[in-house]
Amino acid sequence: MSEPRTLLAIDHLSKNFGRVTAVDGISLDIRENEFFALLGPSGCGKTTLLRMLAGFETPNDGRILLDGRDIARTPPNKRPVNLMFQSYALFPHMSVRANVSYGLEMERLPANEIRSRVDAILATTELVPFADRKPEQLSGGQKQRVALARALVKRPRLLLLDEPLGALDKKLRGAMQLELKRLQHEVGITFVIVTHDQEESLVMADRMAVLKDGRLLQCDTPHAVYEHPADRFVADFIGVMNFVPGKVTADGVLAANGARITGKVPAALSPGASAVASVRPERIRLFPSVETANRTTGTVEALAYQGLDLQLHIRTPLSPKPFLVRVTADAAGRRPVSAGDTVELGWDPADVRIFAE
Amino acid sequence: MRFTIVSPTRLRSSLLMAPALAWLTALMVVPCALVLALAFFRRGIYGGIEYTFTLENFGLVFDPLYAGIFLNSARIAGTATLIAVIIGYAAAYAISAAPRRLQPVFLFFAVLPFWSNYLIRTYAWIVLLNREGLITQLLRWFGYTGEPPSMLYTEGAVIAGLVYNYLPFVILACYAPLSRLNPELAEASRDLGASALTTFRRVILPLTVPGIAAGAVFVFVLSIGNFVTPALLGGGRFQMIGNLVYDQFLTANDWPFGAALAMALIAIMLLVLMTQALLADRAAGRAAEARGDADG
Amino acid sequence: MAERSPGTRRALWFVLSLVFAFLYIPIAVLVALSFNEGGLPTAWSGFSLKWYASLAGNAAILQAALNTLIVALVSTAIATLLGTLLAIGVEMRRQYGKGLEALIFAPMIIPDIVLAIALLSFFSMLNLTMGLHTIILAHVVFNLAFVCSVVRARLKSFDWSIVEASADLGASAITTFRRVTLPVILPAVIAGALLAFTLSVDEFIIAFFTAGAGRASTTLPMQIYAMIRFGITPEINALATIVMAVSITALTLSQRLNRGVIGQ
Repeated sequence: MSEPRTLLAIDHLSKNFGRVTAVDGISLDIRENEFFALLGPSGCGKTTLLRMLAGFETPNDGRILLDGRDIARTPPNKRPVNLMFQSYALFPHMSVRANVSYGLEMERLPANEIRSRVDAILATTELVPFADRKPEQLSGGQKQRVALARALVKRPRLLLLDEPLGALDKKLRGAMQLELKRLQHEVGITFVIVTHDQEESLVMADRMAVLKDGRLLQCDTPHAVYEHPADRFVADFIGVMNFVPGKVTADGVLAANGARITGKVPAALSPGASAVASVRPERIRLFPSVETANRTTGTVEALAYQGLDLQLHIRTPLSPKPFLVRVTADAAGRRPVSAGDTVELGWDPADVRIFAE
Repeated sequence: MRFTIVSPTRLRSSLLMAPALAWLTALMVVPCALVLALAFFRRGIYGGIEYTFTLENFGLVFDPLYAGIFLNSARIAGTATLIAVIIGYAAAYAISAAPRRLQPVFLFFAVLPFWSNYLIRTYAWIVLLNREGLITQLLRWFGYTGEPPSMLYTEGAVIAGLVYNYLPFVILACYAPLSRLNPELAEASRDLGASALTTFRRVILPLTVPGIAAGAVFVFVLSIGNFVTPALLGGGRFQMIGNLVYDQFLTANDWPFGAALAMALIAIMLLVLMTQALLADRAAGRAAEARGDADG
Repeated sequence: MAERSPGTRRALWFVLSLVFAFLYIPIAVLVALSFNEGGLPTAWSGFSLKWYASLAGNAAILQAALNTLIVALVSTAIATLLGTLLAIGVEMRRQYGKGLEALIFAPMIIPDIVLAIALLSFFSMLNLTMGLHTIILAHVVFNLAFVCSVVRARLKSFDWSIVEASADLGASAITTFRRVTLPVILPAVIAGALLAFTLSVDEFIIAFFTAGAGRASTTLPMQIYAMIRFGITPEINALATIVMAVSITALTLSQRLNRGVIGQ
C-alpha cells in the first residue's frame, strides 16, 4: 500500500468575528479519498472552518493548500470544492434535474455532456424517477440525495458536508450513514463532514478531528480517538466514560475516599497534581472472577436493557456521579442483579486513562 | 353531526360577524351595485338620470378621446410602477443585506412617510418643484442664472409624486420575500460555480418575483385610479381616469358615464389583481420552499 | 450571509442613503419651512412659530380640525367594535368561503374614487342630507376592514383551546370573552383602532364626496386640499407639520403595540 497523499493542508488557520475567535490556529491534513469528520460541540468553530474551506469566510490568518495551492482567498465559485448545505439549499424554483445540472451549466459544458453526467449521477443516487419533481415534492431523504447529487456531479476535489444527516429522523439517519459511505467509496471523492454527533463520526469517518473553542484537540482514526483520547474533554465527548477524581500517584490516582486506581500515568503529570482516572463502561466487569488491580463495591441504582446490552447505574464511593457499566445480556443472565443489590466491580489497569483535571 | 342543523360555534360566529357584514353590504356592496346599474342608464337632459337601458356609456369609454385618457393613465401609472419597483427593490435588497438588528429600524423608517397624509406628501413636491422651489434654489446656488426650469405641472412631476407616495409599499413588498430567502440558496449557487450576477439572475430574482409583483400591482392599481396627484402636480393638464370620474360626478354632472368609467377602472384593477393572483399561486410553493429554517 | 466585499457593502449603503434622502428630504423641507419667519422657500429669515400662531387664529382651520376629530373618533369607535367582532367571528370558523374573504378584503383595495362616487350616488338617491354623519358612515366601511385585518393577524396565533379551558373551568361565554379572549387580543384591538384613527384623519377623497355642500362639514384634508389649490402659503407648512406629527405618533404607537402589523 502506498503512502496516502495529502489533498488538503490546513495551515495555522484563524478566523475571528470582531472579538470572538471562531477558529484559532488550526492545522491539519486531509488525505486523498478519505472520509474525514470535523467533530465538536456547537460553537466549536467546525462550521466556520468548513465555510472557510468552501470560500464563504475569509481567514484572518493561515493558509488552505489544496494540492499545494493556497485557495484561502479564492472566491467560492472558483474553487474545485463543493458544499452540501445543512438545509440542502435546493433551488425551490427548479426541478431536480435543473438543480443538478446548474453547477455544470456554470462550467459552460456542452449540453450533451451535461445531460449524460446528470443522468449518470441521478442513477447513482437513485433519483431517476424524481428527475422532474420540484424539491417541495420530495421527502427529506430524497432532498438530501439531490443535494448530494448536485454537489457530486461537479466532481469536486473535495466535498464538504455540513451536518448532512441532521434533518433526518433517527432510523433514516442510520441508513443514510451507510449510504454516504458507499457513495463516497463509489465516486472516489474526498469527503469532509461536519457533525456534532460523535456516534456519527465514529461510524462513518476514516479519520476525525475533535474541535473545541476554535482549537484542534485531537486528529486521528475513530479507534485511536476512542481508545486514547487526548484529554479529558475528548474522553468525555466521545462515547461514555466514567471518571474518578483524585491526586496523581506514582502508578495511578488516589481517589478522595482513599481507594487507589492503578493505571499508566502520563509523563506530563507529576505526583500530587489533581487528575481524573477514567474507564469505559464496557471495560468494567461485574463480580470479576480474576484478581484485578482496580476494584470497588457499589449499589445498583437503575438498570436499562438495550437489546444485547444491559446498562447499570451503580453508586460507588469513588465518584460523586454513579458509575455506568455495560455488560452483555448473556453475562448478566449468568448472575442476575436488580436495583438495590450490592455488586463488585473490577477493571484492568490497561483500560485506565489518566488526564489532568 | 347529523342531529344538529347549525353548530353553536357557527351560529355564534354568524352573530358576531352580522353587524359588520351588514354595514359593508349596506354601504359598500349596495352602493357599488348601484353605480354598476347607473352605468346602464342614460344621462338626462339637465344632468339628471333617465331610467332607460343603454350601453352607450360603455361605448363612450372606448371613444378615442376617452380611450386616449385611459392609455395615458396606463402609461403614467406604468412608468411610475417601473421606477418605483426598481428603486424599491434596490432599497429592499440593501435593507435585507444590512445587519439583522438594523433591518427593522430601516424598514420602519422606510414605511413611516407612507403613514403621513397623502395630500401633504404630494404638496411637499409642489414646494420642491415650483418655479421658486428648492430645486431652483439649488440650481441658483450652483451658479445657474437662466429661467427657472418648469418642473411642476409636467408628466414628470405626476410620475415623481406617484413614485414618492407609493415607494414605501414597494420596499415592504419586496423586502418580505428577500428577508425570507434562505441565504444558503445564494451560497449554494456560488458554491456551484455561479458568479454574483448569475446568482442574482437565476436564483434570487426568480424567488422574489412574488414580492415585486405584489408591489407593482399595488402601485399600478393605486396610480391608475389616482386623482389627487394629477390634480395637484399635473395642474389639471394631465388627465387620468380618476380625474375623469371626478369631473363626471362633480362638474359635468354625467353620472351614468362617470359610473361606466368607474366600472372600467374596477375591471382593469380586477384584471391586474387576477393576473397577479395567478402568478402568485404558481410561485406560492417556491416561496414556502425558499424560506430558510428559522433556527438553522 | 456570506461576507460581502467592501465595495459591495459601500454600494448597498449608498443605495440606502439615496432612498432615505428621496423619502425624507421633501418632508424635511416642508417642516423646516413651517418654522421660517419669512415663510418663503427662497430664503431662511429666522426661526419663528408665527405660522403656528396664525393657524390658531384661523377659525376655518379650527372648525375643520374639530370636524376631523369628530369623524375620526366616532368612525374609529364604531369600526373598532364591528371590526373586532368580525375578526373573532371569522377566525372562530375553521373554514369560510372565498366570498366572505373578498367582502372583508374589498374595502382595503377598492379605489377611493370608486367608493366615493358609489356612496355619493347612494346617499343622493336616498335623499339623505350629507354632512359629518355621512362621512362617518363612509369611513367606518374601510376602517372596520383594517381593524379586522389587524385583529385577525393576532387571532391567527390564538390558541382556541384556552377558550375551551375557560368554559371547562365554569366560565360563561361572556366571562370567557372578558377574562380570556379580550386581554389576549387587546393590543391588536388598540393597534387597529390607532390605525383606523390615522386613516380617518388623513382620508380626503371619500370625505370630499360624502361631505355635502357647505363649510360646516369640511374636514382638515379637505381644507388642506383647498389651500393647496389656492396657492402655497406658509400656513399650510405649519398645518402639514402638525397633521404629520399626529399621524406618525399614532402609527408609531400602533406599531409598538402590535409589532409588525403595519408591515403586513
